[in-house]
Amino acid sequence: MNSNYAQLLQQDVPLSWYLLLSAVLFSLGIVGFLIKRNLITVFMSIELMLNAVNLSFVTFAHQWHAVKGQIFVFFVMMVAAAEAAVGLAIIIAVFRARATLAVDRIDLMKL
Amino acid sequence: MNGSLHLWLIPLLPFAGFLLNGILGRKLPKALVTAIALLAPLGAFGVVLNAASSIYMHFVPPGPGYGNISLPHVENHGTWINAGLFHADFSFVLDQLSLVMLLIITGVGLLIHIYSVGYMEHEDGYWRYFAYLNLFLFFMTVLVLAGNALLMFVGWEGVGLASYLLIGFWFRKTSAVDAGKKAFIVNRIGDFGFLIGMFLLLANFGTLTFSDIAATLTANPAWTGGVLTATALCLFVGATGKSAQLPLYVWLPDAMEGPTPVSALIHAATMVTAGVYMIARTHFLFDRSPYALGVVAVIGAATALFAATIGLVQTDIKRVLAYSTVSQLGYMFLGCGVAAYSAAIFHLMTHAFFKALLFLAAGSVIHGMGGEQDMRKMGGLRERMPVTFWTMTIAVLAIAGFFPFAGFFSKDAILYAAFAQGGTSRVLWFVGLVTALLTSFYMFRLWYLTFMGESRNHDVHPHESPWSMTGPLVILAVLSACGGWIGSGRFGEFLSPAVGTKTAEAGSGSLELILSIVAVLVAAVGWYIADQIYRAKPERAASLATSFAGPYNLLAHKYYVDEIYGLVIVKPVLALSRFFLEWVVDVAILGGLAWLLGGIALLCGAILQRWQSGNLRSYAAWLAFGAAALLLFVLLPWTSLLAGVGIHVGMVTHQ
Amino acid sequence: MHLILFIVFAGFCLAGAVNLLLQTHPINSALSLIVVMTSLAVLYLLLGAEFLAAAQVIVYAGAIMVLFTFVVMLLNAGREERTLGSRAALVVGFPAVVALLAVAATVILHTQGLGTAAMRDGITSTQELSTMLFTKLLLPFEVTSVLILIAILGSVALARSGEGERTPGE
Repeated sequence: MNSNYAQLLQQDVPLSWYLLLSAVLFSLGIVGFLIKRNLITVFMSIELMLNAVNLSFVTFAHQWHAVKGQIFVFFVMMVAAAEAAVGLAIIIAVFRARATLAVDRIDLMKL
Repeated sequence: MNGSLHLWLIPLLPFAGFLLNGILGRKLPKALVTAIALLAPLGAFGVVLNAASSIYMHFVPPGPGYGNISLPHVENHGTWINAGLFHADFSFVLDQLSLVMLLIITGVGLLIHIYSVGYMEHEDGYWRYFAYLNLFLFFMTVLVLAGNALLMFVGWEGVGLASYLLIGFWFRKTSAVDAGKKAFIVNRIGDFGFLIGMFLLLANFGTLTFSDIAATLTANPAWTGGVLTATALCLFVGATGKSAQLPLYVWLPDAMEGPTPVSALIHAATMVTAGVYMIARTHFLFDRSPYALGVVAVIGAATALFAATIGLVQTDIKRVLAYSTVSQLGYMFLGCGVAAYSAAIFHLMTHAFFKALLFLAAGSVIHGMGGEQDMRKMGGLRERMPVTFWTMTIAVLAIAGFFPFAGFFSKDAILYAAFAQGGTSRVLWFVGLVTALLTSFYMFRLWYLTFMGESRNHDVHPHESPWSMTGPLVILAVLSACGGWIGSGRFGEFLSPAVGTKTAEAGSGSLELILSIVAVLVAAVGWYIADQIYRAKPERAASLATSFAGPYNLLAHKYYVDEIYGLVIVKPVLALSRFFLEWVVDVAILGGLAWLLGGIALLCGAILQRWQSGNLRSYAAWLAFGAAALLLFVLLPWTSLLAGVGIHVGMVTHQ
Repeated sequence: MHLILFIVFAGFCLAGAVNLLLQTHPINSALSLIVVMTSLAVLYLLLGAEFLAAAQVIVYAGAIMVLFTFVVMLLNAGREERTLGSRAALVVGFPAVVALLAVAATVILHTQGLGTAAMRDGITSTQELSTMLFTKLLLPFEVTSVLILIAILGSVALARSGEGERTPGE
């Protein structure tokens, strides 16, 4: 029995599991986007989606032993940071105009 | 060498005159307008004379370039239509027939142009009148010169257009405008027949060129009747419209609303003769169909009699002449109907001379009487307007058919041909004879009422017309006197290459002599009756009118033909088209269409509007949906999936 | 070893993500997201990306999520209220998500040639990364820094309260 567990412990993880995890996280991100009612939470779901994609990039970088995959992740992180900054600034501006963060109440283009 | 006769100049000069006067005429001084307007027919006449001399000058020792041109002379100016098996060119053909017609058109046309200078001098639309007149000359020459039926149809329609423009010249006068419309519409009905005839020609011969059709018919001597009859009858319908025969004559009397020189040129000498010309031009077709020829002859004779009866009681001087024209045209068709084409053309020529003279003289009378056209208010003009009087007398003698004036020879030729053909044609001869009596009667009636006796009108002081008007009268009088002396035999010989040799035969001397004497006697009887009623005892006219009130009213109202047409044809068509256009097209179709389109747009908009909700989550949902769809589309193996279901999609292989 | 670590931290990821969806207060969602991020950092490390793991913790969990938390606190966002929903989101969105997930999963599971990850696999050193970054990809790198500068400027411009601004109120 111990050897079974030991054997189990020594097993490698197929990369498809990582990719599957990435897909599931991505889907959860979309679901969050769809059902959440707070603007900030919606934004957080987007960040979740970005992270899921990052995971798949790293996985493939490991698969092909290519550094470029990781560099892409690096750039994605940078852009996500910039985007988060600007997006949150916009959310603040919207809040100032509308005094609400409910997604369904913010339905006019005109501020 | 077969040199060019420059036939294209003949239509082109009048057309240039039309363009110049039409576009610039309003601004040009009257003298310049006159000059342009007169140069056009003068130039055309000159070209025609040059052509004639080039052909016939071999009687004189030929100079360079003369005498080597043979007829028919064809000038081809390029292909017009080349579609499949159908081919039509801009080809002008000069043969004896078109040469005669051209001489009449340009010669008499020139005289009438000169006359118009005096007659229309005080008109505002002086430039417009001459522009239209030149336009008419252009189209008429195209009609006569055309080598195929399509080009002839262009001229045919064009003269109808010019006629409409000129009848309605005084466009502020409702009656003139209505008359113009009537002329054009009735002509159109005839043109429909012409078109059907052309379609039949095309279907059976594959071409519209006259020489080709004639050649095909000569090559098939056994081909008669049947479809050829139908074609000939359809073409004849077109001729009835243009040449004012039964039942489409109704426009010609109304066309007198136009200026008198117009009546002279278009509705006496040239346009109305286009139908006769057309039949002579397509004689090879009619020769193959005795039935069609019979129809032509019967309608011609019937029209001659019919119109003559109406002319007996008309009081407007121009109306009498109009009905007289219809009647004389009937004679020409009678001539065509007995296959005596050259006799018909001969009568066409002499008729052009004396009818143009009659109209111009009547115009001179109207001009001198200050616009009065009612003969009951005229009288005693013999001393006041001597030149007009004497020229008109010659014309009246000519039309009545007295020897040795022009009408005698030509009318005689037709009557002899009708008699000589025997059988039912003898009946037609008799009808023609009765018509000659009536013609003589009403023409002398006109003569007596207008010129003789005492003046019945004391408000106007008539004066003789200026030389620009009386000059052409004199020339035409000379022509009316001498125009027939060439004789129908020689004339027939001249025309025979173009219209067939039937009337080249000289009549058997004694029969022809007897018939001519009978005709002259009949004309003299007509003169005598007119003399008795209108000169000897003038009050007899009124008493006769009251005693025969029934027939008199019938004739005075022109057999109520216009009213019948109005009731049976015009009103129903008008009502039907009004209903159709207003309710069916405008309300139902167009309105319905607009409503439908608007409705569709609104509906689509209403549906699509719900998509633009502003709801962020729905937008996100649709985004996800789109992404999923794209992914599915790209990743799924559609061909094998569809093949599994049974739909086999062919893949395009990329080379 | 690798397997256990993977299962544990993948479980944390999923739990955090699901919790993000289930929580009603945004601050709780933010904290769950931090859990997800850190777990992902460990997963990166398992896949041999040491620099990225560090960057994930520093940048994502340490900076971006802090920013989120600040904004939540600044705006005093409370629990979510019930608002009118979006029917389209349910009818169209969820099937789409399911379809997406299904397709992705199918493709992933049917792909041949995917390798495995194990503890003995080499770690991509930071040196390799930076060599690539500073030589071949120098231009994108510099452009990214400009991008961040612009983002800073933008957010400052958007978020500051200017004079004559409307007071919040419907």
